[in-house]
Amino acid sequence: MADSIRVEHATKTFTKRYQRTLKQITVAKLRGNPTIAEFNAVDDVSFTVEQGESIGLMGLNGSGKSTLLKMINGVMRPDSGSILTRGRIAGLIATGAGFHPQLTGRDNLELNAAILGMTEKELARKFDAIVDFAGLEDKLETQVGHYSSGQSARLGFSIAIHVDSDIFLADEVLAVGDRPFKKKCLARMGEIRDSGRTLFYVSHSAGSVRRMCSRVLVLEEGRLAYDGPVDAGIRFLEYDDDVTPENEEEMDEELGADI
Amino acid sequence: MTDTTTDAARALAEKDLPPLAPPTADNGLKAVFQRRYLLKLLVTREISARYQGSVLGLLWSYINPLSQFCIYFFIMGTIFALHKNVPNFAIHIFSALIIVHFFNETFNAGTRSIVRNRQIVQKMAMPREMFPVASMLVSLYHVLPQVVILVVACLFSGWRPDATGVLCFFIALVLISVLGTGLALMFSAANVFFRDVGSVVAILTNVVRFGVPMIYSYEMVDQRFGSFAPYYMLNPLANAVILFQRAFWTGSTDQETVMPDHLVERGLVMVLVALVVLGIGQLVFSRLENKIPERL
Repeated sequence: MADSIRVEHATKTFTKRYQRTLKQITVAKLRGNPTIAEFNAVDDVSFTVEQGESIGLMGLNGSGKSTLLKMINGVMRPDSGSILTRGRIAGLIATGAGFHPQLTGRDNLELNAAILGMTEKELARKFDAIVDFAGLEDKLETQVGHYSSGQSARLGFSIAIHVDSDIFLADEVLAVGDRPFKKKCLARMGEIRDSGRTLFYVSHSAGSVRRMCSRVLVLEEGRLAYDGPVDAGIRFLEYDDDVTPENEEEMDEELGADI
Repeated sequence: MTDTTTDAARALAEKDLPPLAPPTADNGLKAVFQRRYLLKLLVTREISARYQGSVLGLLWSYINPLSQFCIYFFIMGTIFALHKNVPNFAIHIFSALIIVHFFNETFNAGTRSIVRNRQIVQKMAMPREMFPVASMLVSLYHVLPQVVILVVACLFSGWRPDATGVLCFFIALVLISVLGTGLALMFSAANVFFRDVGSVVAILTNVVRFGVPMIYSYEMVDQRFGSFAPYYMLNPLANAVILFQRAFWTGSTDQETVMPDHLVERGLVMVLVALVVLGIGQLVFSRLENKIPERL
C-alpha cells in the first residue's frame, strides 16, 4: 500500500509571551523576570500512515494532539522536520469548524465547503444531504453565533464528512454532540474507514478508539510515546484501569464519553 | 518477498494516486486566484458582513465619502475660496476622493481582515492571502457606483470621455488595487502580532487625505512647493489621484488645468513600483504566516 501521511521529525515550537505592552516588558526586564518562554508542542515526531489505515491519536490534554493534527491539516507548518500528505484532507479540528459567528448557517456552510475544496457544482449537489445530516433545516438562516456548541459541531462534522477526501481528520468531534448524533457520526466514520480512506481520529474514549482504529499513537508532552496495536496502546495510557472490554460500554456511558 | 519487489509494488500502488506533498504547499497569491469560487464567496460574504446589524447597511459606504465631500467642498471651497482658484472644484474633489476612499478602505479593512476572520484562520487550511485580497475586491466593488455618480456629474459639466483619459482611469485603478493589496498583506500579518498596527494604519490613512491633490490642486503644489515639487510626484497615491483627475476633471472644464508631464508613463512606472510592493508584501506575509495561528 502507498503512504498516505509521512511525518518526519516534525517539531512545532510555541512562544509563550508573558507580557504584551512595552511597559510590562520593560518592568519585567528590569526585574529580571522572563518575558518569553519557548516550548515544543510537538517534539521530533516521526511516523508513517498507509492509505486506508485508521489511526487513533491519544494522549492527555495539552500533549500536542491538536497541534499535530493542525500540521497534518495544513493550518500550521512544522518549524523543523517535514510533513507530507497525499490527496485531499477534510476534517474537524478541536470541536467545531472554523465558523464566522456573524454569518448565517447557510453562509458558513457554503464558505466552509469551499475552503475544504468543494466546487460550486459539487456543493449544489450535496447541499441538502449536508443539511439533512446535521439536522439543522430550521436554523439555516440563523447566525452561527447563536448556535449551541453541539449544533455548530454538527454542522461542521456534516460538511467535513461530505467532502470527497482521501484523509479524514476527526478531533474530539463527538464530545459535544448528543447521543443519536454520536451514533450517526460513528457509523459514518466506520463507512469512511471501510471505504479505504485514511482516518485519523483523536479521542479520549478507549471504547470508540478500540472500535474505530487499527493502530494507536500516543503523545506525551509533544513526543511520540507509543505507536502500535490498539489494546496495548490503551494499556500504555492506563486508560483501562478497571475497564475490561465487557464493561467498557458502561464506563463510557457513565463518563459521557464519546461512544 | 525481497525489498525490491515491495518497492516495485509500492511504486505501482502509488502510480495512480496524487503525489505526497506538504499540506501547506499550494498557498500564496497564485492559489488565491485559482480558487475563484472561494474568493467569490468571501467577497460576497464580506460585502454583507461589513455592515451587518446596521440599519442603513451598504448606504454607509456612500454616506461616508459624501459627508467628506460636503465638508471639503464647503470648508475648502467656500471659506478658503478655492472655488475661484480651481475650476469645477467639486469634480476635482470628488474624483480624488474616490481614489483616496478606495485606498483607505482597502488598507484599513485589509489590515484587520486576518484578525477579523480568526475563527476561520485558526482552524481551516487555506491560502490566507485570500482575506486581504477579498478586502480589496470589496472596496473595489464600492468604487463602481461612486464612479457612476461622478460620470453623471461630469456629463452635466459638458465632459466627454477621451482615449487618454480612459487609459488614465484604468491605470489609476490598477495602481491602487495592487498597491493596496501589497500593503494590506504586509499590515494584516503584522496586525496579528501587534494590534497597534491597526492604529498606525488609521493615522496613515489620515495622512493620505492631505498628501494628494484633493483639497488643493496640483497647480498650487507646482507654484508653492518650490524645490519640493518634483518629490511630490514620488507618492504613488498622488499619481493615482492625478490620473483620475485627468480622466474626469480635465475634460469637465474649459479652463486650463495644470498637470505634471508624462502622466501615463509616470503612472505605469508607479504600477511597477506597486508590483514590487506587492512582491515584498507576499514575502513578508509568507514569513510571518507560520506564526499567525498561534498568535491570534
